[in-house]
Amino acid sequence: MNEIARSILSAEFVYSVIRVSTPLIFAVMGALLSEIAGVINIALEGMMLMAAFWGVIVSAFTGSAWLGMLAGLASAVLLALALAYFHLNLRTNLILAGIALNLFASGATVFLLYLISGDKGSSASIKSYVLPRVDIPLLKDIPFFGDALSGHHILTYLAFAAVVFVQYLIYRTPLGLRLRAVGENPEAAESVGISVRRVRYIALVLSGLMAGFGGVFLSMGYVSWFARDMTSGRGFIALAAQALGGKTAIGGMLGAMLFGLAEALSYTFQAIRIPSEFTNMMPFVFTLIALAVYARSVIARHRKAPSSSQPLEENTET
Amino acid sequence: MKEVALAVEMKEIVKVYPNGVVANRGVDFSVEEGEIHALVGENGAGKTTLMKILFGMEQPTSGQIKIFGKDVRIHSPHDAITLGIGMVHQHFMLVPSLTVAENVILGIEPRRGWSIDREKARKMVEEASEKFGLPIPPDEVVRDLPVGIKQRVEIVKALIRGAKILILDEPTAVLTPQETEELFESLRNLTEKGVTIIFISHKLKEVKAISHRLTILRDGRHMGTFVTDEITEEEISKRMVGREVELVIERPEPKPGEVVLRVEELGYVRDDGVRMLNGVSFSLRSGEILGVAGVEGNGQRELVEILTGLRSGATGSVKLHGEEILGLDAYGIRRRSVSHIPEDRVEFGVALKAPIWENVVSDRYWKPPFGGKIRIFPKVMKAFTAKAIEEFSIKADNPDTPVMMLSGGNMQKVVVAREFTSNAKLLIADQPTRGIDVGSTEFVRKKLIEARDSGLAILLVSADLQEILQLSDRIVVMYKGEIVGYFPQNRGLTEEELGYYMLGVKRHEPSRLKEAIVA
Repeated sequence: MNEIARSILSAEFVYSVIRVSTPLIFAVMGALLSEIAGVINIALEGMMLMAAFWGVIVSAFTGSAWLGMLAGLASAVLLALALAYFHLNLRTNLILAGIALNLFASGATVFLLYLISGDKGSSASIKSYVLPRVDIPLLKDIPFFGDALSGHHILTYLAFAAVVFVQYLIYRTPLGLRLRAVGENPEAAESVGISVRRVRYIALVLSGLMAGFGGVFLSMGYVSWFARDMTSGRGFIALAAQALGGKTAIGGMLGAMLFGLAEALSYTFQAIRIPSEFTNMMPFVFTLIALAVYARSVIARHRKAPSSSQPLEENTET
Repeated sequence: MKEVALAVEMKEIVKVYPNGVVANRGVDFSVEEGEIHALVGENGAGKTTLMKILFGMEQPTSGQIKIFGKDVRIHSPHDAITLGIGMVHQHFMLVPSLTVAENVILGIEPRRGWSIDREKARKMVEEASEKFGLPIPPDEVVRDLPVGIKQRVEIVKALIRGAKILILDEPTAVLTPQETEELFESLRNLTEKGVTIIFISHKLKEVKAISHRLTILRDGRHMGTFVTDEITEEEISKRMVGREVELVIERPEPKPGEVVLRVEELGYVRDDGVRMLNGVSFSLRSGEILGVAGVEGNGQRELVEILTGLRSGATGSVKLHGEEILGLDAYGIRRRSVSHIPEDRVEFGVALKAPIWENVVSDRYWKPPFGGKIRIFPKVMKAFTAKAIEEFSIKADNPDTPVMMLSGGNMQKVVVAREFTSNAKLLIADQPTRGIDVGSTEFVRKKLIEARDSGLAILLVSADLQEILQLSDRIVVMYKGEIVGYFPQNRGLTEEELGYYMLGVKRHEPSRLKEAIVA
């Protein structure tokens, strides 16, 4: 037990929580941007996977990590545009289209990987590049905090910047107001001349961009190769984390970090020789428990609410 | 009469929907600048379609539109807004979780850099609300506002976008008499500021009270435009319906029998914690109609759903002929001779794609003579339905017609036919005449009185005060989930008086409210 406590209280552990949270934070931002506009993005998983794949391949061929990143982002955005086109132009069911794109991404990446590298499992045989780590001056010299907060991957810092950006976008800008209006009452938005379709296109593209960053981080920072289905459910965990965090970016970030914590813990347990079959399960079991606890607490909060002071909700249906 | 400029001129408007329904058959409609012009007609007469065309939500099949003398084509609401046309829809186009200011500026947000300039937004809203004499609270969340204020927000929303012509689609349907009076005051105010108002309604009293001129539509045709003061209500309704309508329904003295339903201390808290019913108590005897009045959303829907077994989780006691029925499901309650005309006929009243005969027997297909132990007998069912079609004057070719093909009024008659032929002891009628034409309304109301006289106990829930006053023998008023008013008879009672209780301004003493339970 001592061993666990010691490893959890260490700077390395905090560092690793932040590290494993990074792709989730991006994905949760993607989930939030689509959810708020009323077009839940089930294909986050596939978009991340695509971005992870193209990041590695393009960086290997061009020799530039940055070009790899751009290619990864572009591939995720393209997938988002495809989802938007299916749902908003062809009126396909959003969930079904999302599932189809996830399956497509999973299959296409393995297929292309095999064509390019001759390997169906991973890109280990190709030399690809990673994005740099950043040491923060001054902070890096402070004991504990330096080890925990400095020296992270550049996209990790960008993830936290994205949280601030998304929060600002949703609650302070005209676009954010329109996203929320379209998500809650599309007819109202339409009646004042806002194009619901355009706003939802924007939401899905932004969502895809966020998923793209998450995917690029996985293969160009977290590790330095692509492996089949390497997102391992992070796109879906992000949807759960977003539900947990509510309609704010800050809440979403905290949700993502909660899952990051669960994942980091599972690695710690692995280190003390608890079987990996068991520890690998932890983030998913945690997802289920967290959602159940959350749902119960919401119900309990409502039950306890004083009845007399609450105004009756007006019913405008006729 | 002096020459006045025309704000709106619609000529020979024809609208045929893709499914073949003809909504407008060459309608001429013109509105003078600065007047309040009422557009009247029954449901389905083509009023709303005509206005949707004017607001760019529908495209006319043929016809011309002139706005302030200029030929225009209006392809979208956006075009209409640019031309100075604003519309307040029957279902409010508001985003509940946003504030009043956010709703008003949606789509025309003032900016400072990348952000919304909130200070300026608030100022814009305050200025407009001051200028037009429509007070609204800019920082309140729309969800929590009363209906009357929400409607004001909608009007300000249109005006702030530069609307010179304001279309109001049945604006009083959701308002109490007091709120209606306030709205009318505001509208008169607006015309003084040069706003032209088109007022869609089928409530003739209101049309008489507010409009300068009126245009009548029937069956997609223009039935004349009149100066309001030069035409009587009777003449208007004759032109609307195409025949004389009995505006007063004869109601003989009730002869109440034994208590059928006894509700005591009924309480209900919704899943999200809002208390929807609190200490509701009343009783209902055979051969009488108890009216439940109230602004919608004050617990009536929950009350009906609990009494009919569609909603569980209530506290208190509901006794039918002395037997506790609270907690039984809809099947259990129907088996105990309770019938129910639901508020939303499309959602709960009928199966749209099913033929009339299946709908009419849907509550009894398993019992003789309609069904045996193993099979059902469609021939018997159809014969039964054919008789019902005649008795309830449902306009349909035969029992095999899908309900979907019927008009709203005839759909409601299918529901009524089923519920009135089930040999019930208690009928719960929730908004039985909402959204149906005058002819069918009259028919349904007469049937209710007839059924009462033959000993049925009827609980009538309605937001239509005229209906409540016309049909009820006793009346309770609901406000915020409680009964706040009890009237043992309706003689001398006015809509205004009921309105005070519906708004929570007046409230009876607990001792008087207890009288709602008669032994």
